[in-house]
Amino acid sequence: MTTDHSLAVESLTVGYGDRAVIESLDLPVPPGRITAIVGANACGKSTLLRSMSRLLAPKAGHVLLDGREVHRMPAKELARTLGLLPQSPIAPEGITVADLVGRGRNPHQRLLSRWSRDDDRAVAAALDATHTAELADRAVDELSGGQRQRVWIAMALAQQTELLLLDEPTTFLDVSHQVEVLDLLTDLNAARGTTIVMVLHDLNMAARYADHLIALAGGGLHAAGTPAEVLTEQCVRAVFGLDSQVITDPVSGRPLMLPIGRHHVVATA
Amino acid sequence: MSTSTLEAVTRGRRRRRLRRRTVLAVAGVAVAVMAALSLMIGQTFYPPGDVLRVILGETVPGASFTVGELRLPRTVLALITGLCFGMGGVTFQTMMRNPLASPDIIGISSAASAAAAFAIIVLGLGETGVSVFAIVAALGVAVVIYVLSFKDGVAGARLVLIGIGIAAMLNSVTSYVLNQAGQWDLQAATRWLNGSLNGSTWDEVAPVLVALAVFGPVLLAQARNLTMLQLGDDTAAALGTRLERTRLISIVAAVGLIAFATSATGPIAFVAFLAGPIAARLVGPGGSLLVPSALAGALLVLVADFLGQFAFDTRFPVGVITGVLGAPYLIFLLVRTNRAGGAL
Repeated sequence: MTTDHSLAVESLTVGYGDRAVIESLDLPVPPGRITAIVGANACGKSTLLRSMSRLLAPKAGHVLLDGREVHRMPAKELARTLGLLPQSPIAPEGITVADLVGRGRNPHQRLLSRWSRDDDRAVAAALDATHTAELADRAVDELSGGQRQRVWIAMALAQQTELLLLDEPTTFLDVSHQVEVLDLLTDLNAARGTTIVMVLHDLNMAARYADHLIALAGGGLHAAGTPAEVLTEQCVRAVFGLDSQVITDPVSGRPLMLPIGRHHVVATA
Repeated sequence: MSTSTLEAVTRGRRRRRLRRRTVLAVAGVAVAVMAALSLMIGQTFYPPGDVLRVILGETVPGASFTVGELRLPRTVLALITGLCFGMGGVTFQTMMRNPLASPDIIGISSAASAAAAFAIIVLGLGETGVSVFAIVAALGVAVVIYVLSFKDGVAGARLVLIGIGIAAMLNSVTSYVLNQAGQWDLQAATRWLNGSLNGSTWDEVAPVLVALAVFGPVLLAQARNLTMLQLGDDTAAALGTRLERTRLISIVAAVGLIAFATSATGPIAFVAFLAGPIAARLVGPGGSLLVPSALAGALLVLVADFLGQFAFDTRFPVGVITGVLGAPYLIFLLVRTNRAGGAL
């Protein structure tokens, strides 16, 4: 299965109340690839993601899925094509893993339709893909942070969308669990061609795992392209106001950003 | 996907479904048994055969009046108001993700009660007028609470605190109205202060039955959307739930159930508040709580009314018994949330 759904942002202005967080932004999302959105705190990364998944209506401009405006599409139809994992989803008290993952089937169910064999299959496949099958009958509130994040991703997988947006999927995870989650998303992209768009805090993780990097600054696009094109010392300075040295990561061959602060700098580059 | 995972998923789902069905069946039988007992037992005992014949419309000396005119409307009213309170209460608790956000705590029942007392005592309206007055007041207060607690979305704790304040104000309105009614008797006063089933008539049953028939199915149609709201607004919306539409329909239907039931019996203390958590404990997490809570509410009202009538030397109104049952749970919830870090 390869995806050829196109998602694009056209002269989008979006914000809260009277305040525009993002102003007239144009952004194509490469289909079938992994895109990471990076930027300083409060630069509108999450706002952009929320708007792309119709949680936030634009003040001006469009978000287009296959040329159709997402804010005009029927809610369930959109949810069968485009999934979103928000930053802090809430697990109902005591709910089991399998039950929570099953909630991802909602857009595929109708008012009176019964739970089908397909629903069971989708849940099982999502549990297997995220290595959470052995947790199926456990309560979500008993799990560790890393396990819980995998379960939430399983819920998004059970939704079986060809586009998946994730808002900081690695926050609060230790480094091994961060790698595990990002590897999992890469597997998903490779195996099913799922288009992935995620907001990431960690620039180096973003450069390592994304095919396409988007850097936001001041409510607009600063740079977009491959990690090698985008993650430069100039870019880090413009986006984060930070001096840095960018070297080639000996492990991945991707760019690796080393921040330069006021202390602990032995040699200037 | 491995077949063992698929089997485990299917097995787990069947197990949860079996538990749910068992609990629903047992609760349904318990409600039926309690209803039958409350029809049979009283100052005079009538065997099930007599009761059944009265229900079927035959004339049975003595039983036709006692069971048909006194006990039957009381039992039916207990049953359907219990269903209304249970379903309306859990709708609010689920929507706000907070067991304290029940309509009898955040002032919605108080609004219906104050409006009904005002309509009867001051305006002298009949059954329909009272019900309409109660539902309009309850909806109005629901809107006021929602608007007052709105700031970047509705946070549970602010809504609960504002609701408690509004409930206190409305309860003083009820007390004031009762004071104004000079010759108003004690039985009517307890109805509007605590909730009571004393002197229930078929005239009171009819509007509640209509409300249940209209709003009940409307809420049941929202059952799945309501369970999606438990995941938080963003996740629910990302999974295709229409948030504002779900909330609007659910609030109107739940307020309708609560207001009609309250205008018939007064605010039977804590039934709306208790039914949801009891149902959740019994059926386990995951599924919709609307039907289990409705049954739990009906059972609570039937049992409490039965105890109030026969367990003590004095006859207590049903609301006094449910109040005694509900208060410790409220304290438990407050103590637990306090320990958990203060956020309600």
